[in-house]
Amino acid sequence: MSTRDFRSTRRQFLQGGAAGAALSTVARPLAAQEPPVPLEQYEAEFFDAGEWAFVMAATARLIPSEGDGPGALETRVPVFIDREMAGEFGQAATWYMEGPHQPDAAPLFGYQSPLSPAEVYRGGIAAFNEWCSSEHGAGFADLDADTQDAALTALEAGDVPLAPELRDFFALLLQNTKEGYFADPRHGGNHGMASWVHIGFPGARASFLEWTDPSKDDVPYPLGPVSISGERA
Amino acid sequence: MAREEKRKDVVIVGLGWTGSILGIELADEGLEVLALERGPDRDTVPDFQYPDVADELRYGIRYGFMQKPRNSTITLRHGLDDTALPYRQLGSFLPGDGVGGAGIHWNGHNWRAMEEEFRLRSYVEEEFGADIIPEGMTIQDWGVTYEELEPHFDRFEYMAGIAGQAGNINGEIIPGGNPFEAPRSRDFPMPPLPQTLNGRMFKAATEAMGLHPFPRPAANASEAYVNEYGMQLGPCNYCGFCERYGCLNYSKASPQTCILDALKRRPNFSYRTRCEVLKVEKAADGKTATGVTYWDEEAGEEVFQPADLVILAAYQLHNTHLMLLSGLGEPYDPRTGEGVTGKNYAYQMSGGTSMFFEDVEFNPFVGAGSNGYCIDDYAINQIDFAAEGFIGGSYISTSQTNGQPIRSMRVPGDVPKWGAGWKEGIKKWYGHSMSIGSHGSNMAYRDCYLDLDPTYKDPHGRPLMRLTFDWKDNDIRMTQFMRRQIEPIAQSMNPTSWASGYKQEGARYDIRPYQTTHNVGGTIMGEDPKTSVLNRYLQCWDVHNVFAMGAGAFPQNIQYNPTGVVGALAYWASDAIRKDYLTNPRPLV
Repeated sequence: MSTRDFRSTRRQFLQGGAAGAALSTVARPLAAQEPPVPLEQYEAEFFDAGEWAFVMAATARLIPSEGDGPGALETRVPVFIDREMAGEFGQAATWYMEGPHQPDAAPLFGYQSPLSPAEVYRGGIAAFNEWCSSEHGAGFADLDADTQDAALTALEAGDVPLAPELRDFFALLLQNTKEGYFADPRHGGNHGMASWVHIGFPGARASFLEWTDPSKDDVPYPLGPVSISGERA
Repeated sequence: MAREEKRKDVVIVGLGWTGSILGIELADEGLEVLALERGPDRDTVPDFQYPDVADELRYGIRYGFMQKPRNSTITLRHGLDDTALPYRQLGSFLPGDGVGGAGIHWNGHNWRAMEEEFRLRSYVEEEFGADIIPEGMTIQDWGVTYEELEPHFDRFEYMAGIAGQAGNINGEIIPGGNPFEAPRSRDFPMPPLPQTLNGRMFKAATEAMGLHPFPRPAANASEAYVNEYGMQLGPCNYCGFCERYGCLNYSKASPQTCILDALKRRPNFSYRTRCEVLKVEKAADGKTATGVTYWDEEAGEEVFQPADLVILAAYQLHNTHLMLLSGLGEPYDPRTGEGVTGKNYAYQMSGGTSMFFEDVEFNPFVGAGSNGYCIDDYAINQIDFAAEGFIGGSYISTSQTNGQPIRSMRVPGDVPKWGAGWKEGIKKWYGHSMSIGSHGSNMAYRDCYLDLDPTYKDPHGRPLMRLTFDWKDNDIRMTQFMRRQIEPIAQSMNPTSWASGYKQEGARYDIRPYQTTHNVGGTIMGEDPKTSVLNRYLQCWDVHNVFAMGAGAFPQNIQYNPTGVVGALAYWASDAIRKDYLTNPRPLV
């Protein structure tokens, strides 16, 4: 049994104590933020060097740098994925993982692999690199961009033979890449909130009542995003 | 050997909406009331406070406020001869846990069911003849009428502070409201929420077609409000973090914003968190319960909590599970059609059409949980079931609840899923779409039910509950009918492009994509102990000091979101307990 002093919190909040604290967090100047380690020097928590090279290369094709807007590397998506794999999500900490397992069940039944997402990445990267070597003569990270795109397309289509317990590998990789691109920067990706600037999402501002007025119909919202830590872009 | 706690008058299993309502109503009767909540404690501060809660990954995607399948889940199979597999990772529905339960992370769509829905079998038989009911469809009357529930709907709406526009007050049709709703005794406590552009466009389009748009009844406050328990709500600020989040703004009705601070001040109420009830214990004669056994996570031991009255107020799935594990009611057998516990599980049938407008800016992050316009022109009481070939109906609506980019990135079908084309597509289309959805009924069937799984166990060694469920032709015909109504509305708005998503003939139930958390049935109410586990007062037919709240009581699903009915039923049951049961504890029917 746990308890909490519930009698004071709501009153304090309404008197402005907690609200004031929250606002001062948001107002923290950008200068206070430490510049992150450059991606090339980042030491992965979960991935080994070969796996890290794959994650860097694969996310760079899923959200490329070329064209308008940032890519996965500019937004540090690989850092996000590494942190997720080292954390609760990668370890399937909240999922029901008891056996018996039937990884080849119809996909309608959802995740049925006995492996955690981190283990699916580990096994999936190894199997996919092996396939790239036999089909294209080199591991994924060493292929040219067009061949990488073709290889990822084959992986997505299920044309790369993977054991059933690894079959969610591509879906996880794509899902986590988009999460790292769009999630609040506190989780390691979306560096500089660049993806939010790209699409026009104002982040954690969370107060828009005046924008329901019909005079604002069809008027693009003018302010750039803020993050939970108070970063502005 | 379980530790034994001091006896209480009432023990409540679960401290969400219904546990909070029964808690305060029975505490105000002077009873010693204890609530046991298996999840953590939660309150607006610190758990929902700004800016920490505005975190899409943590709460919207990783389900920070939801039940953890590792602790509690179900197994699924499509048919009676299949082997069920565990729901290992949340997807299709998102049960809550912790104080407030699913009442903290809903959007706030608050409805009364239609008069006809409470007596659906009788209505169908009287209007269209019993022979239109398909083989295997097991719809029933509820045993309670809309008229009986009306004061309790009213009370829930004034407690929760619902913003809306009445369409029918005591039989008088009110312009701008829903002309097809059942009579209400007075208007909503608050005016409708402000609308966003998509709502204004939907209203204009449907009015031009001779339909009857009305603002969605919303448990998001549109102005400052104080309810009967002295709890204060503030106007919604359209933060865009509603569904899957606790409200940072004291605007969305929840147990926290509407009841709990008042309840916690009652000296005869207490609650314990991280205490999961394992079983309702029955007396030797089997006619009454003696209390509950629960697992105290912090102490690491089993505890027996004696009580005179046991209120099951957990989520629908968990109430059913607990009744099956405790031998409350005869377990339902789909092969014989006999037994009652676990019977008539039903879900919800929804579909939608997305529209893309190259030159319209919607600012999709400007959102309340429940703003938007609806039409009920194709509601259950407006459809000729015999002519259309199905039983059921939907309300149709547009809403703009959030523009969170991980889960709300709508793009036209020709945008690739990744690569340079995707990056270009999201910039082009984010903020330039709206959708029209149908939210519909799902009937009950003989082979859609809940029982105990023979293979998989929970962390306490108890069998997981097994869900046997699949889509049926009747409900698919209903959703296809809605598609034929919605697409002309969408086309009349001249979008650049549009795309529909409705279940088609042969569709199998897929547990992966989120659909709704509106699971119902399993502990259904009714007029006959042979066909329902609860009587019309939500009292267990077999064990009269056990009452079970929640959407488990629905004999089939309604076309609406269930919370308004769940709230009204909780007040209806608490009224019967206060006025009738306490003075003379016995079977009330």
